[in-house]
Amino acid sequence: MRLSEPLVNTIVLAGLLAVPLYALVVDEPFTITLATRAAILALAAVGLNILLGIGGLVSFGHAVFFGIGGYAMGILAFHAQTYTTLDLAVFTTEGTKSMPVIWLVAMGLSAAIAFLIGLLSLRTSGVYFIMITLAFGQMFFYFAISWAQYGGEDGLSIYVRNGFPGLNTLVPIQFFGICFTILCITLFLKARLQASSFGLALNAARQTPARVETVGLNPTRLKLLAFVISGAITGLAGALFADLNRFVSPTMFSWQLSGELIVLIIIGGVGRLMGPVIGACIFVALEHFLGGLTEFWHVYLGIILLCIVLFGRGGVIGLLTGKVGAHV
Amino acid sequence: MSLLSVEGLTARYGSSQALFGVDLTIATGEVTALMGRNGMGKTTTVKAICRLIRSAGRLTLDGADLHCLPSHKVARMGVGLVPEGRRCFADLTVRENLIAAARPGEWTLKSVAQLFPALAERMAQRAASLSGGEQQMLAIGRALMTNPRLLILDEATEGLAPIVRQEIWAAVRRLKEETGVAILLIDKSVKELAQVSDKAVILARGKTVWSGPMTDLTPEISERYVGV
Repeated sequence: MRLSEPLVNTIVLAGLLAVPLYALVVDEPFTITLATRAAILALAAVGLNILLGIGGLVSFGHAVFFGIGGYAMGILAFHAQTYTTLDLAVFTTEGTKSMPVIWLVAMGLSAAIAFLIGLLSLRTSGVYFIMITLAFGQMFFYFAISWAQYGGEDGLSIYVRNGFPGLNTLVPIQFFGICFTILCITLFLKARLQASSFGLALNAARQTPARVETVGLNPTRLKLLAFVISGAITGLAGALFADLNRFVSPTMFSWQLSGELIVLIIIGGVGRLMGPVIGACIFVALEHFLGGLTEFWHVYLGIILLCIVLFGRGGVIGLLTGKVGAHV
Repeated sequence: MSLLSVEGLTARYGSSQALFGVDLTIATGEVTALMGRNGMGKTTTVKAICRLIRSAGRLTLDGADLHCLPSHKVARMGVGLVPEGRRCFADLTVRENLIAAARPGEWTLKSVAQLFPALAERMAQRAASLSGGEQQMLAIGRALMTNPRLLILDEATEGLAPIVRQEIWAAVRRLKEETGVAILLIDKSVKELAQVSDKAVILARGKTVWSGPMTDLTPEISERYVGV
């Protein structure tokens, strides 16, 4: 039976919302935390999917922005909880425990770093682009390891989750509500972006860069803007992820995390609106259920990935809808 | 004053020189046929005008030097190209192909659909699933959506069924009669070119060997340089 993609999308989002609500009823707060983790990973992957799915750019260093978001949260919250000042070159601040402020900083920093990385890495393409983004990821990873002021290899713990006006973020379902709402808003904006002239031009640039130039579009500029938007979204996800765990560490910059983001997009469906959400849900479910049985649960993830790549190139959404690509 | 002015244009592919001195001018609203046998440099000239390959010589659009501009800026200045082989964005629908290229101006989805009614019926269809003729119409529509001052059609009717060719030529005539866009045409059909063009420029071995009003193009000149 083939399902329509809007129906699949609705079921996926409804499912992600229903699980924590059910967990709330049966008093299973850990399940709510799992759903929150899935929503945040999905958000990060939605960011990457703009680059990968629309722009066709395989960034193997997207954990950079996840980590920047995480460290933006960690550093601001650390200074706020220790009542110390954060000395920046032009001004000093005492940090903050306000989530909206942290999100803005995380997104702004991630976007700025994405702009710089994009300027350099988009001079290349194909395997060289993959390698240069990976190299940037490793640079940030090793920098974080050696950054003793903020925990170095041990990372940085935040004692109390940051606050959001009108909500108690320590209550799991309320924090899930924040993450789920942000995910829904981002999905809505991503859908609008994909259908906009910018999104279409980016898609066209993926198909035939030279031809795009003859209609007056600069493919490098299109990809750079996509890179910046993508980085900002992934940075926001990083800040939420750090808040979920109340902990940041260099692993947020790791190439394994970049790879996992790509894997869960492929599992869900590259370029599909809900591909990252399905992928993140499957990833978190496997991590939890199989991870409890064996530490080698990645083997099963690998088998699923192999099956998807070999037999279902549109990902899970492709299998459910019978469409390999968004337009087919 | 000419809209496009090309003087002594030279270009090379690596070590192989392809253009040895192309001269042509196109005025606003004028239709110019760029003619010549195969391999004489017609498409290379178009690529040089659009800055898709490096070239030397004088190349100006409305007095502005095109040599210092990248190809996307040349397109933004008003040079619309319908490339040989169509090259639509295969994964996008007809509507999306047109929207992706759209720039402000008189050409809109509606006016393109009026020019090519066949496209109007297939707005939601993927470009890859269109027939060759429909893809060609889409390629022309996409170039028009950039609202060009100069439209270049490189072998726009190549490989199409006679009835589709007629539709394309009818659209070119409408563009000539109803808009002020200058058109540079490359096509193998000398008869059709003669009917629609105001003047002709003939290339041989990468340089201009004849140019003048289409009415001055005698069968002898055509036979000598174009082979028809």
